[in-house]
Amino acid sequence: MSELAGTARPVIPRGLKLQWEAAQQAQVLLYPEGMVQLNGSAGAILSRCDGARTLAQIVADLEQCYGATGLKEEVTAFVALALERGWLELRE
Amino acid sequence: MSAGPQSPPRVGPPLWLLLELTYRCPLHCVFCYNPTELADIGAELATADWIRVLREARALGAVQLGLSGGEPLMREDLETLVAEAHALGYYINLITSGVGMTEARIGALKRAGLDHIQLSFQDSTREMNDFLSSTRTFELKARVAALIRRYDYPMVLNVVLHRLNIDHVGEILDMAESLGAQYVELANTQYYGWAWLNRAQLLPSRAQLARAEAATQRFRERVGGRIQVYFVVPDYFETRPKACMNGLGSVFLGIAPDGTALPCHAARMLPGLDLPNVREQDVSGIWYRSAAFNRFRGEAWMKEPCRSCPERSKDHGGCRCQAYLLTGDPASADPVCELSPHHDRVVAAVAEAERVPAARPAPLVFRDHRISIAVETARSAARRPF
Repeated sequence: MSELAGTARPVIPRGLKLQWEAAQQAQVLLYPEGMVQLNGSAGAILSRCDGARTLAQIVADLEQCYGATGLKEEVTAFVALALERGWLELRE
Repeated sequence: MSAGPQSPPRVGPPLWLLLELTYRCPLHCVFCYNPTELADIGAELATADWIRVLREARALGAVQLGLSGGEPLMREDLETLVAEAHALGYYINLITSGVGMTEARIGALKRAGLDHIQLSFQDSTREMNDFLSSTRTFELKARVAALIRRYDYPMVLNVVLHRLNIDHVGEILDMAESLGAQYVELANTQYYGWAWLNRAQLLPSRAQLARAEAATQRFRERVGGRIQVYFVVPDYFETRPKACMNGLGSVFLGIAPDGTALPCHAARMLPGLDLPNVREQDVSGIWYRSAAFNRFRGEAWMKEPCRSCPERSKDHGGCRCQAYLLTGDPASADPVCELSPHHDRVVAAVAEAERVPAARPAPLVFRDHRISIAVETARSAARRPF
């Protein structure tokens, strides 16, 4: 798999839904006949993948929101995993 | 640390709600898991009852919703139920044969908030599709697949496999690709209901299974991640049981057309399980407090070899319905497991499938209300003491 560029614009594919579930106290990603319960950082990343923001912008936003630095590697690794699982796709 | 068999189960919400809206169906499939006594089952719930069930279950945390049957399109209030479910925040899956789907209805369902349609095919060829469902529906299904694509739903094709169509897996996958499917479920028949009656004619041979898995693998390599293919192996060929329903009363709540609440699709067959009904009890009471939903929770109900098995928390002893059908005791180990003292019964069924020629003289029993009465009458007669 090729290196994921900072200009990539990930988006949740049509037909999938991300939502907060109070009963699970978690963000969940819903897809045909299945569901993934997301931990806090996965939920924070996916909720920013709107197809408008680039990966670099998502990293910057997360670093600002969480008062952290050096999140690029962790965020990129999760986005790559999510692309592989079909939880995200790249907007052209 | 692993908990002992006596520790009380922690009960989570019914995350997966399946509403079997009706047992009415224009098809007559030989592998249907609907109960063979379906002609005896009472009146369907009214729209207002289904809406109450949707609200009560959502309040508990249900989020994946399946609408099935029978054929759910036989319900004229389907669009109303979808709109209500969408407003409540469910992810809504319609599980359909496609019979009854029109452009007007698929558009209305889209506007109501339906998220996804799973379309079942019986085979890749018109002849086999029509024979196995005892109708002429193949071209109709191809039209519905085109509508699903045009209305921008994710498309999941489901094909139930058995010895009469499993040799066509390569063609089935090519058909799925040409129809624009994104997910394909190749689900080997599970032997309950009508499929149980037809098991000897439906169970494939080991060689057939190996060829089908190889064809699936070749297809996966060719299409890559573009189409996801799930191949569900028939569990008779396994040596460990499936974690059926992730344990009864764990995540799945099914509601039958007459309001009977089911901890699994086939649970109506289990003896001594006094199944609650949503006409008499609210969903919370049914899920958390009814005896039926607590009967097989946790591990206290288990017998040996499950009771002391290190894998008991992984597979929950397998399938209760299969244990009952094959051993007469729903609390025994699923005989699919090679540790079960009844595993020889599964081995014998598989051996029988190896021996018989592909075309069998015994007739298939097509799912039908008329036959449903005949089958049940024959069985009641057999039970009657002389």
